[in-house]
Amino acid sequence: MVEALWGRIGMMAAYAVFAPLIGGLLDGIDRKISARMQGRRGPCILQPFYDVAKLTKKQLLSVNKFQLLMVMSYLFFVMLSGALFFGGCDMLLCFFSLSTAAMFLILASTSTHSPFSTIGSHREMVQMMSYEPMVLLTAVGFYLATGTFRVMDVIRTDIPVIAYAPGFFVGFAFVLTIKFRKSPFDLSTTHHAHQEVVKGVTTEMVGIEYATTTVAEWYENVFLLGVVGLFFVTSNPWSYLVAALAVFAVYFIEILIDNTSARVKWQLMLKLAWGVTLVTGGLNLFILELI
Amino acid sequence: MENLVALLIFLPFLLALFPALISNEKVRGLTVYIGGAIIAVCAVVTAFFWFADGGTMVFDLPGTEMIDHIILAGDFVLMFIIIWLSVKHHKTVISLLSIVQTALVVWAEKFGPKVSAGAHIRLDWLSFIMILIIGIIGVAIGVYAVGYMRGYQEHHRDVKDRRRFFFSMIFLFYGAMFGLVTSMNIIWLYFFWEITSVCSFLLIGYTGTKEAVDNSFRALWMNLLGGLAIAVAIVYAIYMEGTLNLYDIIENGKNMGVLVPVAMFAFAALTKSAQFPFSGWLLGAMVAPTPSSALLHSATMVKAGVYMLLRLSIAMNGNYVGQMVYIIGGFTFFAASLLAISQSDGKKVLAYSTISNLGLIAACAGVGFEETAWAAIFLIIFHAVSKSMLFQCVGAIENTTGSRDIEDMQGLAVRFPKLAFILMVGIAGMFLAPFGMLVSKWAALKAFVNAPSTLMVLFIVFGSSTTMFYWTKWFAKILGLHEKRGKDLTQMNEYISMYFHAALLILLCVSFPFLSKHVIEPLMVDMYGVSGAVITDGNIAIMVIMICAIFVVPCINYLLTKKVKDKPVIVYMGGANVGDNKNFIDSSGEEKELTVSNWYMTEWFGEKKIFRPSVAFGTLILVVFLCVIIGGAL
Repeated sequence: MVEALWGRIGMMAAYAVFAPLIGGLLDGIDRKISARMQGRRGPCILQPFYDVAKLTKKQLLSVNKFQLLMVMSYLFFVMLSGALFFGGCDMLLCFFSLSTAAMFLILASTSTHSPFSTIGSHREMVQMMSYEPMVLLTAVGFYLATGTFRVMDVIRTDIPVIAYAPGFFVGFAFVLTIKFRKSPFDLSTTHHAHQEVVKGVTTEMVGIEYATTTVAEWYENVFLLGVVGLFFVTSNPWSYLVAALAVFAVYFIEILIDNTSARVKWQLMLKLAWGVTLVTGGLNLFILELI
Repeated sequence: MENLVALLIFLPFLLALFPALISNEKVRGLTVYIGGAIIAVCAVVTAFFWFADGGTMVFDLPGTEMIDHIILAGDFVLMFIIIWLSVKHHKTVISLLSIVQTALVVWAEKFGPKVSAGAHIRLDWLSFIMILIIGIIGVAIGVYAVGYMRGYQEHHRDVKDRRRFFFSMIFLFYGAMFGLVTSMNIIWLYFFWEITSVCSFLLIGYTGTKEAVDNSFRALWMNLLGGLAIAVAIVYAIYMEGTLNLYDIIENGKNMGVLVPVAMFAFAALTKSAQFPFSGWLLGAMVAPTPSSALLHSATMVKAGVYMLLRLSIAMNGNYVGQMVYIIGGFTFFAASLLAISQSDGKKVLAYSTISNLGLIAACAGVGFEETAWAAIFLIIFHAVSKSMLFQCVGAIENTTGSRDIEDMQGLAVRFPKLAFILMVGIAGMFLAPFGMLVSKWAALKAFVNAPSTLMVLFIVFGSSTTMFYWTKWFAKILGLHEKRGKDLTQMNEYISMYFHAALLILLCVSFPFLSKHVIEPLMVDMYGVSGAVITDGNIAIMVIMICAIFVVPCINYLLTKKVKDKPVIVYMGGANVGDNKNFIDSSGEEKELTVSNWYMTEWFGEKKIFRPSVAFGTLILVVFLCVIIGGAL
């Protein structure tokens, strides 16, 4: 019992240390693959780390210092959600913690009273409203497949969750595009500051603020991809390899979609996200409850 | 104990006379404070003695026979008041509802077979919680009202000063609510139920404008419809079941499938808790001065509805009545939260959020599992405190700034930090992750997954995402930059009441594991005869950590960032910022003020688009299920 507890704490610590490394690397790979898709050479894979390192050294130009505080709270709650997840806790708690984190990001952005970040944060809220139902449903899907919301019990299953919940998987992968703010759902901010709302949510974030946000996003991405992997994990150790492959496949598809689609309006995003949620998640839910 | 409960129920009726008779403002204020204090003390003492004894208590009040007669006379008085007022305002049709139900009840009681209810009063865990909510939150609203109404009458010179009447109504409300949550005899219950309907009707019509009168009559007929349903249940119980005891009816519903009276009570509860299709009355109730909204929305009135549903919940598990209630509740939760998105009037957002939350409570009660009942009770407690606080705060903001529009609350945290603090605590109490609302939602979700009901799970997940949206955008508005600083006109007693609520809310959050273990779990044993931890200790620990984190982390970060050197800069406006962050240079080279506004998406979620279909859907569900239930009994 005590050993198990230490194991879980170890996993949390490992997440806290390695998640930004993995997240940063994935970001670098993303940039490289995107560049190759567009026929460019692309930056070095370690470029995101250099960027963040440089950001931390910049002078803090700030409109409202309140923003820095909020951004740090955002980072904390993202880390908490991931730590709860990798520590094997209740999945609904992880997602609620993630919602709280997202709220801090919005508060950070609106505290500046900047026109661009305000528009960005409202778009971000619509994005949240679009993906939230599917995210919660995903937790329900795990529950129906394994009888528990606790991650540490989910991984002891003999048959991977994907076998019961393919619909939830598809739905989750769909809203992941919104969550990652990748095109066609890059409404609130993008990695390119040449859109009509400049950089949306992060417009007024400078130096250390932007670095913190970036690192928080890495944490968040690793956590979300962990959820993707959880669909494939069983009590068999080899399943972790399958899970890793699945995560890479999903990530690659996200990059592909990002590079091949144009941004949509929020109305269409909301319609699509809720529609997909209803069709994939709802139908899967209905079938699981029947049997 | 008998005397104490008698005092608790009837003292407020007596105390209602004082504000009605005293015309001096100061003295009247004082009587309201003292009366309120006496009631609160009575409630706490009753609760304490009950808690010390423990267990369900069933007994009669001293002089029960006389009270029976008074209640009979009271039914007629209420009927005559309704007839008089509806004739006066040319809405005679509405009085028919009242005549029919009074006739039904009196006829069944006097000429029907003689049946007894056993005792008249029952105290158990649920009454204990309700007594505390009414006694503490209700009285705090009364205290707030003294100061608020003073300011209100100063601002609204055109409104006739009827404060004497207003305060006596508030006291009547307390008495009726105490009676309602302790009565076990359904004739008594019916009487108190009708008093709350009439009192709320009178409170809503306070200003006497055409809008107020129309809205008050809408509230009246919807609630009378509920009263009629109870009258039918009484007749049915007397003739078919031979009892007047609410708990016999519930037992019969649970064990023998006698669903008609249960369905009738559930119907009445749905009208009172403003579920679709009856949501209109609670929205119309906004025209009344803020304290009455606070009272109707938090500690009384709508809580009477969900109290009744919780009582019935063991008889609703797995039958048509339960399905009716949880489908309507779940739907209301979702639809009302969509409607809240399109509103910019602070009070209206609060009204929709009340309806939405009551929907969740109704759904939890309707499913009738232990976990959902557990969640429902937490929702009731947290909702009572946060909603009362939020209404009071919006009222104070309106008195101070002259507007209750959310758009005008830009930068409230800078302008009126104290009011903004209260507002933020209230909003956090309504929806943030570690607080009550989401905790309860979590349990609800868990239970609905077990129920199982696909429709309900979908209502909850969509409803919780829309709820998040409308609260977050309000929250974000408060924090924006602003420099104007006005004078805070909020009165001392208003602040006392609001700070008291804030402290209570935080206390509730922190003591949440204790509450769950020592209050809610015994209640579960009481209702279901079994005990089981709904949430594991590990999860409770995590939630307590999260509760602390949400307060502590921003504070730590504040200290950490305090020393960080920064260079103040102006907001980026594509180079067109005039330099004060509030104006920009437009294309013709002139200065223009910059305004940022929240999204309301009226084309998608506006009242015009959603309200009527929701009412239609609610009606459809009600009619279909009632037909099935009544048809099944024939």
